Amino acid sequence: MIETEFTPLAASLGGALIGLASVLLMWVRGNVLGATGILTGFMQPSSSADWAWRAAILAGMVTGPLVYLFIAGEFPAIQVPVSKLSMIIGGVIVGIGVTYGSGCTSGHGVCGMSRLSPRSFVATLSFMAGITLMVFVTRHIFGL
Amino acid sequence: MHLVVIYAIGLIFGLGISISGMANPAKVLNFFDFAGIWDPSLIFVMGAAILVTAPGYFLVLKRPKPVFGNGFTLPGTKLIDRRLIGGSFTFGLGWGLAGFCPGASLPVISTGNSDVLIFTASFIVGIFIARFMIQRSAQQRDAATAS
Repeated sequence: MIETEFTPLAASLGGALIGLASVLLMWVRGNVLGATGILTGFMQPSSSADWAWRAAILAGMVTGPLVYLFIAGEFPAIQVPVSKLSMIIGGVIVGIGVTYGSGCTSGHGVCGMSRLSPRSFVATLSFMAGITLMVFVTRHIFGL
Repeated sequence: MHLVVIYAIGLIFGLGISISGMANPAKVLNFFDFAGIWDPSLIFVMGAAILVTAPGYFLVLKRPKPVFGNGFTLPGTKLIDRRLIGGSFTFGLGWGLAGFCPGASLPVISTGNSDVLIFTASFIVGIFIARFMIQRSAQQRDAATAS
């Protein structure tokens, strides 16, 4: 386990920017800003125009940390308290879960909740329950 | 022009993820560790995001159509079923193992961090496994209906 500092200002500013991007994408192109949906459609696009906007937004996303580096002088902190094996198994499970659940934290948690979608509300409660259970089991039962 | 604007929107999202701490597994896992070293920061990420998105969507969705394009593309289904709940719960379990979620890991692949790259590759594998399983069960269902 790695202790982390409570950072409400950075968290709020970051969250507000995530929200701003979500509103702008709906205003400009009429799409939900869900990472799972954008990536899945990028890998299996329905047309070349459909692929192009997904490629553009993904290119913008990966530029974000570079702008952060330019402003802050360092990349955003990535502290990993788990093993590479957890990363691999966790990653595969995340990919399966978001595909069956039709969305992740950005799509259901931010965009869906913001338009008061009951489906997204249920999805968000479900993945919050999943992660809370997993963190409890790994840290407090297995002591990892 | 349209693609430059979309690129800028992606950049705002990626910068937001970078500032927020969502791409820091230690912070994410500590948020959900209510019985241990709880770090409440992430509630501010989701809270601020929704405080901006909810009124923003309210205003935008009153317009007849988006700036570029003919209409708003919103998920059509209202179905709350086992697949939605089970899939989302499963996603949560994986998120709890790795500490990354898709929207947080994608922007930070540009840092070259090995854990981010391993997670992202694994999560793409997971997407294809699920799509294959969904396709196969649909085919089996069709075959069963046909016979």
